Amino acid sequence: MTNRPLTQNIRPDGSPTFLADYQANGGYSGVRKAITSMSPEDCLQTVKDSGLRGRGGAGFPTGMKWSFVPNADKAGPGHKYLIANADEMEPGTFKDRLILEQDPHQLLEGMILSAYTIGADIAYVFLRGEYVLAAQRITQAINECYQAGLLGQNILGTAYSLELRLHRSAGRYICGEETALINALEGKRANPRPKPPFPQVSGLWGRPTIVNNVETLCNITHIITHGVDWFKSLGRGEDSGTKLFGASGNVKNPGVWELPMGTPIREILDQHAGGMRDGYQLRGFLPGGGSTDFLTTDHLDLAMDYDVIGKAGSRMGTGTMIILDDRSCPIGMVRNLSRFFAHESCGFCTPCRDGIPWIVQLLDRFEQGVATEKDLALLEEKARFIGGIGNTHCALAPGAMEPVTSALNYFREDFERHISEGGCRYHHGVGGH
Amino acid sequence: MSSVIPTLSPEEIAEIEHEVSLVPRKDGAAIDAMLIVQRHRGWVSDESIRAIAALLEMSAEELDGIATFYNLIFRQPVGEKVILLCDSVSCWLRGCDAVKAAISDKLGVDYGETTADGRFTLLPVPCLGACDRAPVMMIGDDLHTHLDEADLAALLAGGEPS
Repeated sequence: MTNRPLTQNIRPDGSPTFLADYQANGGYSGVRKAITSMSPEDCLQTVKDSGLRGRGGAGFPTGMKWSFVPNADKAGPGHKYLIANADEMEPGTFKDRLILEQDPHQLLEGMILSAYTIGADIAYVFLRGEYVLAAQRITQAINECYQAGLLGQNILGTAYSLELRLHRSAGRYICGEETALINALEGKRANPRPKPPFPQVSGLWGRPTIVNNVETLCNITHIITHGVDWFKSLGRGEDSGTKLFGASGNVKNPGVWELPMGTPIREILDQHAGGMRDGYQLRGFLPGGGSTDFLTTDHLDLAMDYDVIGKAGSRMGTGTMIILDDRSCPIGMVRNLSRFFAHESCGFCTPCRDGIPWIVQLLDRFEQGVATEKDLALLEEKARFIGGIGNTHCALAPGAMEPVTSALNYFREDFERHISEGGCRYHHGVGGH
Repeated sequence: MSSVIPTLSPEEIAEIEHEVSLVPRKDGAAIDAMLIVQRHRGWVSDESIRAIAALLEMSAEELDGIATFYNLIFRQPVGEKVILLCDSVSCWLRGCDAVKAAISDKLGVDYGETTADGRFTLLPVPCLGACDRAPVMMIGDDLHTHLDEADLAALLAGGEPS
């Protein structure tokens, strides 16, 4: 049995695995097993027992999330929905693209199993618009499933039926927030909705809805197929299973690798990313995408587990690390991230809509060499207000402030030096300004 | 039904009506409808907004509010191909500012502008999810990775400002 389930069908040449090859490698045995021999309750208990936590960034236990979906009696007449969040737009995150482009059936099988478990009869893949190749391959995979009786009416001759559709997004980062995504699927502006009601009770078109990340749903396939004990045995630390980890920036071998949960950061950076490029030194890193707090060389021996990274003051997020080197300006990096978040704010609430551009303006002053101690104090104050949980409508602004506040903590001497030297000294690195 | 609907082609109307058939309310197909029109015409004009809104039984103002929310719905004419240059963090670390400067130099356009010959429109795009191959951009539907000056010359050949 493989210990790299998520990437077992990924080929070095990048060619996709379609239905014949997918099935030849054991694919859809999970669907066959579940819908012919397991009740949805059995499936839910299995997912709960597996300890699977959401791979989209928040790390919420998947089985618990699903357990809030009302059963058919309580839900009343109408549809239930299962949505794969394939809107991969977190800066520095490039893990789901691998599966979406090269192993689309792995996602579809996970979606069928998840939909069966929660009693959904309609499922969507919500795919970011720029993933054109993924759209072509998912479309082909969906068509193959309908032809093979794996989607549509009476799947594999059972009483279970599921329609599955692809939605290509018109593009906004906030669509990755599940209630914003639901609004986008309803044809609206993607402003997040208030919670409660939670989507599990009232989501798409007011009906019970589950939104899960692509990698989370792929794990369902392997948990149902191979069982809880096997899944738990894959992790090296506290968390179960494997994870798609990655590294980008000025490392020798940037990429994405499936590794056990709990793999130490140093091992990922040295053995898989190949260490830093010649002439570059490691300064710090965002462990899981653009909305996670910086960690530094002091944290290299930590295990990539949700709670371990959380206790260190950051978040494992998407598990794709962005590496800051000694030739790139930390303030320039944070300014780049803040510009992204300012642009992608949905505009609904003031601290986010007006506050993040204010942060960008303050960071501009440092880069331009006109910042004063007063600007530094203002930056700290605004970042604290904007980033405070509960001060904004959703998690975008708090996420946006994580790299800012952690940079102020770990790279304070750079802020001070920009003030005292009246400018930025990082002019010669690849990322230098 | 409003008289502005005939400004949509029969093919566009058929495709939009298919999307409408998949949702419980007509205006639920608003985003798909605009993307359909954009696929046929390259962009979404004021006239198209009014026609789609009439077809979906919603106000043109509300539809325009949706159109302008999304990065990939173009409310102005664009060139034959849109260049989406990633300017997010991993590409920044790997030198996307130099790539931007080289493209602007070669094509004579800044962000939001279209070349004089109408071949290219240059736009920034949030992280394209190919950070291990940074810096990256899309030209039309195609992703281009590990960009350097030599690649740009070949990719944009013939696109020099006249």
